[in-house]
Amino acid sequence: MTTRRQQTADRPVMILRAGLPALLTMLALLAAFPWPEPASGADINPVRFVMPNGLTVLVVEQQAVPIVQIHTLVKAGSAQDPPEKAGLAYLVASLLDEGTATRTARQLAAQIEFVGGTLTAKAEEDYTAATARVLKKDADLGFELLADILQHPTFPDRELERVRSQLLGEIEAEKDDPGQVAAKAFNQLVFDGHPYGWPANGTEETLPRITKSDVRGFYTREYLPNQTILSIVGDLTAEEARSLVTRHFSGWRKGPTPVRATGTPKAIEKPVERLIEKDLTQTTIMLGHLGISRTNPDFYAVTVMNYILGAGGFSSRLMDSIRDNQGLAYGVGSHFDANLLPGAFAVSLQTRNEAAHQAISAVLAELKGMRDAPVTDHELSEAKSYLIGSFPLRLDTTAKLAGVLSLVELYGLGLDYFTQYPRLIEQVTKEDVLRVAQQYLHPDRYALVLVGNLSKAKVKQ
Amino acid sequence: MPRRRFITPVLHALLVMLVVVLVISDPLFGAPPQPSSSIVLAVRVQEHVLANGMKVLLVESPKAPVVTVQIWYKVGSRNEVMGRAGLSHMLEHMMFKGTPKNPKGTFSRTIRKNGGNDNAFTSQDYTAYFENLAADRVELALELEADRLRGLLLDEKEFQLEREVVKEERRLRTEDDPQAFLVESLFAQAFQIHPYHWPIIGWFPDLNAMTREDLKRHYETYYAPNNATLVVVGDIKAEALLPTITRLFEPIPPAALPPPPSVVEPEQRGERRIVVKRDAQVAFVMAGYRAPNYASADSYALMILESVLSHGKSSRLYQRLVYDQKIALAVGAEYSLLQADPELFYCYAVVKPGRKAENVERALYREIARLQTALPTVEELQRAKNQVEAAYIFGQDSIFRQAMLLGQAETVGAGWKHVEEFVERIRGVTAEDVRRVAQRYLVEDTRTVGILMPTPARAKQAAAGAQ
Repeated sequence: MTTRRQQTADRPVMILRAGLPALLTMLALLAAFPWPEPASGADINPVRFVMPNGLTVLVVEQQAVPIVQIHTLVKAGSAQDPPEKAGLAYLVASLLDEGTATRTARQLAAQIEFVGGTLTAKAEEDYTAATARVLKKDADLGFELLADILQHPTFPDRELERVRSQLLGEIEAEKDDPGQVAAKAFNQLVFDGHPYGWPANGTEETLPRITKSDVRGFYTREYLPNQTILSIVGDLTAEEARSLVTRHFSGWRKGPTPVRATGTPKAIEKPVERLIEKDLTQTTIMLGHLGISRTNPDFYAVTVMNYILGAGGFSSRLMDSIRDNQGLAYGVGSHFDANLLPGAFAVSLQTRNEAAHQAISAVLAELKGMRDAPVTDHELSEAKSYLIGSFPLRLDTTAKLAGVLSLVELYGLGLDYFTQYPRLIEQVTKEDVLRVAQQYLHPDRYALVLVGNLSKAKVKQ
Repeated sequence: MPRRRFITPVLHALLVMLVVVLVISDPLFGAPPQPSSSIVLAVRVQEHVLANGMKVLLVESPKAPVVTVQIWYKVGSRNEVMGRAGLSHMLEHMMFKGTPKNPKGTFSRTIRKNGGNDNAFTSQDYTAYFENLAADRVELALELEADRLRGLLLDEKEFQLEREVVKEERRLRTEDDPQAFLVESLFAQAFQIHPYHWPIIGWFPDLNAMTREDLKRHYETYYAPNNATLVVVGDIKAEALLPTITRLFEPIPPAALPPPPSVVEPEQRGERRIVVKRDAQVAFVMAGYRAPNYASADSYALMILESVLSHGKSSRLYQRLVYDQKIALAVGAEYSLLQADPELFYCYAVVKPGRKAENVERALYREIARLQTALPTVEELQRAKNQVEAAYIFGQDSIFRQAMLLGQAETVGAGWKHVEEFVERIRGVTAEDVRRVAQRYLVEDTRTVGILMPTPARAKQAAAGAQ
């Protein structure tokens, strides 16, 4: 009962940058709807405890639906891959559910699927997430299987070879997605030589080099309870959760905290570009540079600034200019990928090949605009009220909340994050927005990637 | 803005398909089939019909202080005519271009500054608009939806611009996505006279030919309260909200609706095949079989069949094609019974590089043949049922999905009560039913096969320029 073949939406919207018509509209709306005060954060109070083996546990009880989401985050990802073996963390994660000391790949799949549950594991740049989702009545089984794949994977040879060949095939298939092609090239340019520059799932060159002993070594070194955050959200009390965690995770032995040698990525110093020819009707464009880390104190000011620039959907300047006023693209947006270390800032869009130049100029004009003048009071207040008001919507399912809880712990944001967030956004000023735009947007030294029919885009080298 | 696909055949399709929606909870879960009185609904749907014929479905779900407002119109590409494919979707875009009271841009900006998200989607059978926001602002969304049900501006200049946006959307979703392009071609082949023939987004020539008058006629014909279902799910009190809904929507007069489309696709007599050759890295094989919709009792057995074939790593297609034979990167089967008219049951496989598409196609048919000859095992049948039921319960975690399922069931003609009966009907499916529907529907003569064949690099250069 999926809803396939559905054309999703779109809508437009212009942002009203003051002006008389805007004021009139505002008044009409104010008359029509009394303006409620912004919502005050989210009423979420996690219980946190640390097991004797160092495993950090966070629990939020939600009784509304008889389900349990169990989310583990191991603090090791592709940033820990040796450069010549990019994809190692990803391969290890992909092999967790392909055989344990007591269960074959087939048995693991059969057990979780028989109860309609799911078991997943995937490596990102900074961490690996492994999750189980089950009905409340199957909570014990969910914990048991997740604990098993984290503590006792055996990495059987034939599964290793099969999964490796599967991953190589997927890398080939990604070439059919212009967005993936562009993102890979973009990351290479922005993070030249830094681990964030290689794809988490590795490359055709590096995956074949990974040996079984690399896999075992990575697992033994990195998969430790004292490096893991376990978040549980759903129809379990904190005491029930504690007893399940004790039963299934107490036997996991603590180990030495792995050494982290990865340095901060270096900013590019002049514009660089990469043009990739593909027989396509649209050119995919990515433009950007190094951004910020999640722990940067400017994160909240940057969030507000970027909302106004390009993350605010139909309220953003980029959408207003490129889609609504010029009809150049279906979607355009900007994003700061704030990781443990500074991630990328990127603007991305797709436009008909012939319009590529026009779209790039429009993007650069908006970046400069953010740096040249303060945003309006109107833009600022709209951005803040969206970010504060929509906060509960970002936490409104067990899966979303469990994921956010783990990241709050990973980045050390504090358990009061859920009540503090509105305040952190509210205190951002127009001056802050201008300052962070000038500090973190660089329309003079960016990486630019184009994937498309370059002769039509008239950018052929 | 995330890129969304028509279907999601690539790589993580299996996961995506398990993310089904739903609203029924049964404390006796796991027990043998029970008479319907034993099913306890965790969610109570309150139905009201306004004097002008608009149906209102309300669900009180206080688990988070949020609400989803969705208005579903019974109009989609199924209600279009040859030469104007994509009109419903184009109108959906124009619904954000303003009314006299709320000019262009106001709608989404108002929702956003109140901390909400809004959007819309168009399918073959419906067009739906939604707002997700804090529960105390539900009236705001209702007021904006009521306003654009009447008096849409449909400005000519805005339409010209938006046509370009929709063409970009078509390039993004279809032209430059080899698998989506194949799916579109396959539907055009499987349905020759029924409107499921054309794509929801429309063909370029039709998009170019569309006029403001076409849009205006479509809007005036189909955007009427007696052609709409309003669904509100969230932290609301139905009793308190209903007077507001009545005040906002009841004054809107009903319209004389055209009769529903009556085209019946003739019986298919023999396999149809299409091949698409284009610049791509991996081959893709898809087989669509003509299949009934919710109106047929067989639809439940087809749901189970879909699950046995394709849900999870223990499913037949994954075990054989991906795990044992290692000839596919991804496999899937998809069947939706919530269609206004009978559509397709389809299976697909992304061919592993170096493997032959014809071998993969044969392997797909072998798995179907096995289900036509031998019964699924007791464990397989129970797993499929457990998966469908669990997916229903997981679906309650999201008020958006709950509302979506109710809106969809109501709008395609099944009625929202269909959702209540669904789990029980699924429980009643037998192994013999599964074999019987495999024998009846998954047959060569009513099959349409599509093959995506990647072209060698050199052929691409010659093809370039023809667009």
